[in-house]
Amino acid sequence: MSDFFPKWTNQLPLMAAVTAVVVGTSVVAGAWYYLTPKYSRVGYQPTQPVAFSHAIHADQLGMECRYCHSSVDKSWFSNIPATATCMNCHEVVAKDSPKLERVRQSHASGKPIPWVQVHKVPDYVYFNHSVHVNRGISCVKCHGEINKMDEVRHAKSLTMGFCLECHRGPENHIRPNEFVTQLDWKGEVDGKQLVHDWNVQPGQSCSTCHR
Amino acid sequence: MAKAITAPLPAPHGHTAAVVKAAEPPRELAREPLVLNNHSLGWITNAIAGICENPMPKWWLPAFVFSAGGATMMFALIAYLISTGIGVWGLNQPADWAWDITNFVFWIGIGHAGTLISAVLFLLRQKWRTSINRAAEAMTIFAVVCAGIFPVIHTGRVWFALLWLPPIPNHMDVWPQFRSPLLWDVFAVSTYGTVSVLFWYVGLVPDLATLRDRAKTTLRKFFYGFFALGWSGSNRHWSNYEKAYLILAGLSTPLVLSVHSIVSFDFAVSQVPGWHTTIFPPYFVAGAIFSGFGMVLTLLLPMRTLFKLEDIITVRHVELMCKVILATGSIVGYAYGMEFFIAWYGGSPYELWAFLRNRVADPFIFGPLFKVPPAPYWWAYWMMISCNVISPHLFWSKKLRTNMVLVWLVSIVVNIGMWFERFVIIVTSLHRDYLPSSWGYFNPSWVDICTFAGSFALFMTLFLLFMRFLPVIAISEVKGVTPQADPHHPLGGAKGHH
Repeated sequence: MSDFFPKWTNQLPLMAAVTAVVVGTSVVAGAWYYLTPKYSRVGYQPTQPVAFSHAIHADQLGMECRYCHSSVDKSWFSNIPATATCMNCHEVVAKDSPKLERVRQSHASGKPIPWVQVHKVPDYVYFNHSVHVNRGISCVKCHGEINKMDEVRHAKSLTMGFCLECHRGPENHIRPNEFVTQLDWKGEVDGKQLVHDWNVQPGQSCSTCHR
Repeated sequence: MAKAITAPLPAPHGHTAAVVKAAEPPRELAREPLVLNNHSLGWITNAIAGICENPMPKWWLPAFVFSAGGATMMFALIAYLISTGIGVWGLNQPADWAWDITNFVFWIGIGHAGTLISAVLFLLRQKWRTSINRAAEAMTIFAVVCAGIFPVIHTGRVWFALLWLPPIPNHMDVWPQFRSPLLWDVFAVSTYGTVSVLFWYVGLVPDLATLRDRAKTTLRKFFYGFFALGWSGSNRHWSNYEKAYLILAGLSTPLVLSVHSIVSFDFAVSQVPGWHTTIFPPYFVAGAIFSGFGMVLTLLLPMRTLFKLEDIITVRHVELMCKVILATGSIVGYAYGMEFFIAWYGGSPYELWAFLRNRVADPFIFGPLFKVPPAPYWWAYWMMISCNVISPHLFWSKKLRTNMVLVWLVSIVVNIGMWFERFVIIVTSLHRDYLPSSWGYFNPSWVDICTFAGSFALFMTLFLLFMRFLPVIAISEVKGVTPQADPHHPLGGAKGHH
């Protein structure tokens, strides 16, 4: 037998055990890091058909989020504004800018601009914008600092763990309603008091979101 | 055994007891030896190792091709199931568990004989285990393999089951439901599988070394040598080996009881009438051992004849296994009766309904007797009763116990009965929910039937490969229980004479 198995083969079981532990740990850790939305979705930044800058509109000009996303506090769905909303200003402001050619075309033809969707929860998740926005959860909590972005980027992971973190401790994320659309707001707030006063009871059972 | 069972005689006055000679026991008390016909130790090695060294008999290849074909069919059907959906099976509301879980419990139950023989009988010093433990342990592992398939594929989206059942940290912040017996099952069965493989492998090491040393080809030398782990048969090796074996026996003894107890919790912990029964854990364990020994006999009886191992797996071994079947079969029969009694005595109308109107009431005797309409599944219940309660009682008779053909047939009947037991428990409890609008009747689809048949084919494929490549009996252990191994035997020990 020694012709097949030199002395070092005595170490084989140990080596196999160590390899198994190392490989097992790396596979789990690797999958945990690389195969989750934290890695695979954060940073997604598609090129939009029109180079619309939130930084200019929301930050420099100080427009309210709800001027364009007008259904966010009334509906489960936060709308992408119609071209007509853009034209409210741009019929007057920068009306000949070549950057707005696509917008004018759309307005003339009535065909919507094909914006690329950045944030999307899966079909089996029921998410209601209005209930969050009306109870002091700011846009920035899920969408990141949109007001600083020239092109919209997927800033947060939006995983189930991400949702649960807030549902398990809403007092750490809640703010007074008047500051919900002020993404830069850094004020002090007694979160526990707001949770108590508004009777905020974020569900944690499966059927809260998977209805 | 030939050895005397009398205590050493008191030494006569003034003499030392050096030449105390044990008296022969009376003829009627003498036990048959565990290896017959005074075979030498070398004969034992040749007889057992020869099976996997010489070409297989002519029936082996056709049997293997047939089994492997069936196993391939099963995997093709699993692919069909996963790509199409659970709807290819016949189960649906209200019977949303049917053959899948029936097959799971059936196979995992069969696996229980291996641990019982290898661990419990070892700790109880039942030396007759040595002739059957290797094959029984192999059978156990293959049964666990077959069992493991069904709960995984019955989830439909298999990848989720594999990803979410083990408690791996994930981006959803969710963990398996540790309060669910279905999760306990995952741990129970995987522990059982692991320990069974370890036990089997540790026991194989000395025999693998024997095969390595007898090997004529390089390939065999390499593979048997690789898995023999450098075994040289030194005192130190034997000492470590026996310690390891004892520890593993101690570790796996609780598993004999725990695994099927936990499988029974899948039902007993739920609140379905017909499942919610405290007798389930012991009753399941007894049934598992019952079916496991049935399967051991089904496999070993042809094997001992085909490979001419009748002197090692003797009629006495078969008889002893029949007695285990008789004992556990009686426990199972008692449990059936007690279940029915408690259903009445407990006073829950739903439970009584589940037992009487869903199971027991047949159109001929019990239906008319209790004045209830026949249960839709009365045929399955009475199939179970006749196979499990009546057939083992044939083994009270020594004449029948020693009739190998009859024992083989009964061993098959036992497993038919035990499959029906699980089917009865699962389907008859589910097929009529509380409201008659939720009543149904389960019919298997062709995919159900062929997948189950395929699991038998997989089981047989693995067992045929086992017979082809590994010693089917523990060579080194059998030598230890031969009459010659006893130092007091005229031909045995190192003393040479007596």
